[in-house]
Amino acid sequence: MDLTSKYLGMTLKNPLIVSASPISKEIDNIRKAEDAGAAAIVLYSLFEEQLILEQKEIFYHTTQHNEITPEASSFFPEPSEFKLGPEEYLEHIAKAKSAVTIPVIASLNGKTEGGWTDYAKKMQDAGADAIELNIYNIPTDTMLSSEAIENRYLNILKAVKNAISIPVALKLSPFFTNMASMAKRFDETGADALVLFNRFYQPDVNLNDLEVVPNVDLSTSADIKLPLRWIAILKDRVKADLAATSGVHTGEDAIKYLMVGANAVMMCSSLLKNGIYHLKTVLDQIQSWLEAKEYESVAQMQGSMSQSKIGNPESFERAQYMRAINNYKFGY
Amino acid sequence: MQEKVFTTIDGNEAAAYVAYRVNEVCAIYPITPSSNMGEWADEWAAKGIKNIWGIVPTVCEMQSEGGAAGAVHGSLQAGALTTTFTASQGLLLKIPNMFKIAGELTPTVFNITARALATHALSIFGDHSDVMSARSTGFAFLASASVQEVMDFVLIAQASTLHSRVPFLHFFDGFRTSHEVSKIELISEDVMHKMIPDELVHQHRLRSLSPDRPVIRGTAQNPDVFFQNRETNNKFYKTCPDIVQQQMDKFAELTGRQYKIFQYEGGENAEHIIVIMASASETVQETCKYLNSKEGQKTGVIKVRLYRPFDIKRFMEAIPSTCKTISVMDRTKEPGAIGDPLYLDVITALHEGLAQGYGSIKSMPKVLAGRYGLSSKEFTPAMVKAIFENAQSENPKNHFTVGIKDDVTFTSLEYDENFNIEPDNVFRGLFYGLGSDGTVGANKNSIKIIGDETDFYAQGYFVYDSKKAGTMTVSHLRFGPEPIRAPYLVSHANFVACHQTVFLEKTDFISKLVPGGVFLINTPFPIDQVWNTIPCSQQKMIIDKKIKVYAIDAQKVAENSGMGRRINTVMQVCFFAISGVLPKEQAIEAIKKSIIKTYGKKGDEVVAMNLRAVDNTLENLFEVPIPNEVTADWDIAAPVPDTAPKFVKEVLGEIIAGRGDNLPVSVFPVDGTYPTGTTQYEKRNIALQIPVWDEKTCIQCGKCAIVCPHATIRIKVYDPSYLENAPETFKFVDAKDKEFEGLKYTIQVAPEDCTGCGVCVEACPAKNKSNTSLKALNMAPQLPLRKQEAINWDFFLSIPDIDRSKIKVTQIRQQQIMRPLFEFSGACAGCGETPYVKLMSQLFGDRAIVANATGCSSIYGGNLPTTPWCYDHNGRGPAWSNSLFEDNAEFGFGFRLAIDKQNEVAQMLLKKLSSQIGETLVDELLNADQSTEDGINKQRERVQALKEKLNLMGKNDDVNNLLVVADYLVKKSVWIIGGDGWAYDIGYGGLDHVLASDRNINVLVLDTEVYSNTGGQTSKATPLSAVAKFSFGGKPTGKKDLGLMAMSYGTVYVASVALGAKDDHTLKAFLEAEAYNGPSIIIAYSHCIAHGINMEKPLEHQKAAVDSGQWLLYRYNPERTRLGQNPLILDSRSPKMPVEEYMNMENRFKILLKSKPEAAKLFYKMAQENVENRFKFYQYLADRKFDGVS
Repeated sequence: MDLTSKYLGMTLKNPLIVSASPISKEIDNIRKAEDAGAAAIVLYSLFEEQLILEQKEIFYHTTQHNEITPEASSFFPEPSEFKLGPEEYLEHIAKAKSAVTIPVIASLNGKTEGGWTDYAKKMQDAGADAIELNIYNIPTDTMLSSEAIENRYLNILKAVKNAISIPVALKLSPFFTNMASMAKRFDETGADALVLFNRFYQPDVNLNDLEVVPNVDLSTSADIKLPLRWIAILKDRVKADLAATSGVHTGEDAIKYLMVGANAVMMCSSLLKNGIYHLKTVLDQIQSWLEAKEYESVAQMQGSMSQSKIGNPESFERAQYMRAINNYKFGY
Repeated sequence: MQEKVFTTIDGNEAAAYVAYRVNEVCAIYPITPSSNMGEWADEWAAKGIKNIWGIVPTVCEMQSEGGAAGAVHGSLQAGALTTTFTASQGLLLKIPNMFKIAGELTPTVFNITARALATHALSIFGDHSDVMSARSTGFAFLASASVQEVMDFVLIAQASTLHSRVPFLHFFDGFRTSHEVSKIELISEDVMHKMIPDELVHQHRLRSLSPDRPVIRGTAQNPDVFFQNRETNNKFYKTCPDIVQQQMDKFAELTGRQYKIFQYEGGENAEHIIVIMASASETVQETCKYLNSKEGQKTGVIKVRLYRPFDIKRFMEAIPSTCKTISVMDRTKEPGAIGDPLYLDVITALHEGLAQGYGSIKSMPKVLAGRYGLSSKEFTPAMVKAIFENAQSENPKNHFTVGIKDDVTFTSLEYDENFNIEPDNVFRGLFYGLGSDGTVGANKNSIKIIGDETDFYAQGYFVYDSKKAGTMTVSHLRFGPEPIRAPYLVSHANFVACHQTVFLEKTDFISKLVPGGVFLINTPFPIDQVWNTIPCSQQKMIIDKKIKVYAIDAQKVAENSGMGRRINTVMQVCFFAISGVLPKEQAIEAIKKSIIKTYGKKGDEVVAMNLRAVDNTLENLFEVPIPNEVTADWDIAAPVPDTAPKFVKEVLGEIIAGRGDNLPVSVFPVDGTYPTGTTQYEKRNIALQIPVWDEKTCIQCGKCAIVCPHATIRIKVYDPSYLENAPETFKFVDAKDKEFEGLKYTIQVAPEDCTGCGVCVEACPAKNKSNTSLKALNMAPQLPLRKQEAINWDFFLSIPDIDRSKIKVTQIRQQQIMRPLFEFSGACAGCGETPYVKLMSQLFGDRAIVANATGCSSIYGGNLPTTPWCYDHNGRGPAWSNSLFEDNAEFGFGFRLAIDKQNEVAQMLLKKLSSQIGETLVDELLNADQSTEDGINKQRERVQALKEKLNLMGKNDDVNNLLVVADYLVKKSVWIIGGDGWAYDIGYGGLDHVLASDRNINVLVLDTEVYSNTGGQTSKATPLSAVAKFSFGGKPTGKKDLGLMAMSYGTVYVASVALGAKDDHTLKAFLEAEAYNGPSIIIAYSHCIAHGINMEKPLEHQKAAVDSGQWLLYRYNPERTRLGQNPLILDSRSPKMPVEEYMNMENRFKILLKSKPEAAKLFYKMAQENVENRFKFYQYLADRKFDGVS
């Protein structure tokens, strides 16, 4: 069975990729992922803002209480060097590259324009096979127009594309007014792939101490629906590759994504829940299904159920709720 | 001679620079002001810097100075070149080994920052009482007078000791030289090599102990031969001065800097000379130069470099033939001696020298003894002039003092404070900053810039106040074309900068300025209002002296540049912009270069924000127009209120105002005894924000009060009738507890004493139901609230405290109503130690006697001017004392012995007088149950009745004796308090011993897991992986389990608590510990600025420490064994947070992750394993079936 798939100009041995997550913080896990059959790995994100905050934090703590009493001119010894830039991440790329043979994709969340391009260049130099741009922040400024936000995305993409030569994927949120239009504009700006969609930590309220607390919900198979729709819609509308992320727990989940047009399918929650070797289970399930259904290759089914290749393309555009009820068979 | 290389460093670094390079082993222990030498050595070793023989020296921290001396002795005996650094009490602890080292003729150099010894009080500051106490050890004594000499003399001492085999004590003045930053010439490693040929090192090695050529050393000897043996080394001491002078001469050939062991400076025909050691000799030298050239006087100075062995011949040769008077100045005091040591030596030297015909004088000059400079007391040219005037007067004072006003025994010399010898070409600046605003760091940087960028010489000296929160720092800077020999404070400044607006209210700046000088203020006020913020006396001086005033809103510039409250860069730019010491452009460029160099490794953003601050400064700096007349109708505030007691007003108030130097001897107590309860008068007003109580949201839980480090948030429950004259804004509500039905409840903040730390707000669990961003306590700016809340605070104090018997002491919500007898200490804002101390004072303060180990708690608890320990409405409160660092457990144990003995005497007399007193009362007194506060109060009533009866009885010895000791029939609570440095390290031997006793003592260990007071050095309480001084690469071993060790006796009450994690557990432990009639120890997790945490939210760190299992909560109560129960109760739940998560919250761990990530990750893994294993072990101990054997 030919499981290969094209993504970001690379031929992956199969479509399964480990998505950006804490899994990739340990080189050992990256090795396990390869061993389990992953075709590529996206490293955890480098957050420029975090680097800046850490610099400020270290600066504060190594200076704040100096010279306050005659007995103590400082409270910490001063290391000769700090690793407060992207060095640790860059070293990690290099280590990952030397540990595995599968492609290693770096993930970047910048803050400043200079940061996006500088870090992207450094990631390229460190050996990353591609870069996934993880652009998102919660716009709370009531004066900030949608257009400005959209342009910011485009400008970042453009700057990074100009700065580096390796492929660039863009991991998107679903919260654009017109996703199709945005996808097209990203496509035109040179995105080599779009990754649909980013999952975000959503805050929760703790009723005991009336605090807002960060909340991490692992995905379930039910979460494939939104990316599924948009991959189907975008499949033949953009040149960029499409990668699916969210909700892949079974071979069937992955197959559905591939059917609607995904070049690659990314996994995280199910691996966190079931262990890295669950990826092999999913891969085996894909292979079995393909064999049972007598497909020749992944490529054969890829996009076979995209919007443009189904009998009723409007089914991906429905104002679902009303039609769904209309379609429901009354059982009594 | 090689090309000169200059550097700008302080005395400690200069000493360490050479000592590190010419030794192989450094055994160290932190003590002010020497700690930095060991820290430098440790840092260099960690960075792999090699000594001159190409190997990285081993730097080893020991458990005490005594331990360090032992390690030095051993290392020397085994053949390594070994050194140590210490001061004061630390040197005393080394003395036994020093006798051994000298007795065995072992070459070494001990580098000492000379510091006062604790007598009637501790002092961290400089004098020679420590080194003079070691002068009989057989060490040679070499004294440095300046930072340059420090660097030079370490090398000369090292060469001399290896040549002579006589060990050397090289000393320089604590703080004045150890902490003075100065531009000096660096000694090259080539010169070091030339001074210390390998041959000398070989000889040292060959004398060492080795099984390959076995000998024994350190025998015991009997009367038949000991004496003769003792005389065998005489020849070594006789040749030692020659050797030192030879080495000085050789050093001069190599560097061009010539020293003499007795160096004469002054006129060739001087008639009046001063003999003096160390930094003060520089002042005398410069003053002589001035007096001789400007006033035609004939003066000179003999700078004593080699004090031991005392070379009489060279001393005599140093005296000019014209000499008529010699004033010998000692910086130490030996009460009861004929004179202080240098004086006695000089007298003897003259006597013997004249007899031998040494030197050019033919008869005994008039010799006068003077004492100066104890505890870093200023020694100025004016004082030198007074010494010469005294010597020349008809009836000179002998055994005089200078620098103080002695109006009791009239020893002191008068001097003219305005006498000034400083040349006009020396720039002199004074900078007043807040400890945390970076002023001192910026000034050190400015000195470096000027030192490095120009041919100017530079000097900086820094003065701090004794508080740890809201400290004012004063930087004294000099720059000039010649080497600066002025080891005294700047008093006639060209430039004064006030870096904090609030200082304008209480500090006289302008009197320090010369006419036409420049005054720079950081102020939030716009240009047209700045003048009116200056007090009237200062305005007048500004006008009269034609002072130029500049202003900047540095806070705003810093904040806009991303620097937060750190205004150092902004003020540094202002200084360079207006002082004119460097061309502005050159200065700005140099600052920027320095920023990149200093902060480059801390990240681009840190560099960028500092550079932004530089660029944003100039456009915000402006000159303030000075009107022709004074407009302010207010002046610098009095240091204490008018209502304060006389002693507080006349003595403590003057110290607060910075005029302590002017106080005469007569106003002070003769034995170091001071009144308690005096912090209440020192209204420091250091909080920018204070908590404001929302009485409607408050649930009256008491958590705010229990965590308050400064006892500035108080609770009272009282009868509504007391509200009759309440101020309009005084807040109150109905008390919620049913026991307090009908009573009113108030939480009041002491606005002028609060430090604004915000820990109370963090602790407050009550949120506003309509806006959860608000709690029952919310921070608000202090200034607008100050006046109103000060009135409310006074009213609050006027409401009587509730009867303590009505308080349920086991519930924090009620217990916290108890009045703290420890208030407004000088501890850091947000301190993690003081809430425990305060809790003890609330619960047992009225019957407590406290032994306090030296450290943070002795400084915030007992450093003048004021004392946080206070008393209740009955006049009862904790009696407190600090003996030493190492002996605190024994000291407190002694309290117990004395109290028990006096109780025994009272009981004996009661029994003897039983028939006269009345058997019922005697019986009740002897058998009183004092296990509760109620029982204690009843006993107090009985004692009162006893005293009344005794007073009515006929006076006789027994009656009189019983009256004196009757109060000891009432239970006393002995508390032994100290930090982990004391309990785990230096004092552990004593602590262990007293815990092994059956006496009723209570030990409170304030465990910050480092030596906090001296700057965060590693102790055995420091946890695995924490980065601390002396654990540069993270502590590789785990924390000592002190509690477990104490438990092993089975008879010690042991508790491990963390107030921020479980406050009711802490309260329970304190109550149980005190109730236990035997030794108790409470080990209290105390967050600290040395942890690198946000001190506004320290409680979450305590919670995380407990949640991760890094800190266990438990109680081990031997009482439970009597009931057949397992004495250990593990109060911690299974760890639920990964240790890594906790560690990443604190810079002490994170700094390693961000400098050596691989090592950090390995440590984190080990730490997790340790935590899990330790929890399982404790769980096993707590769960095991108790079979009656503890």
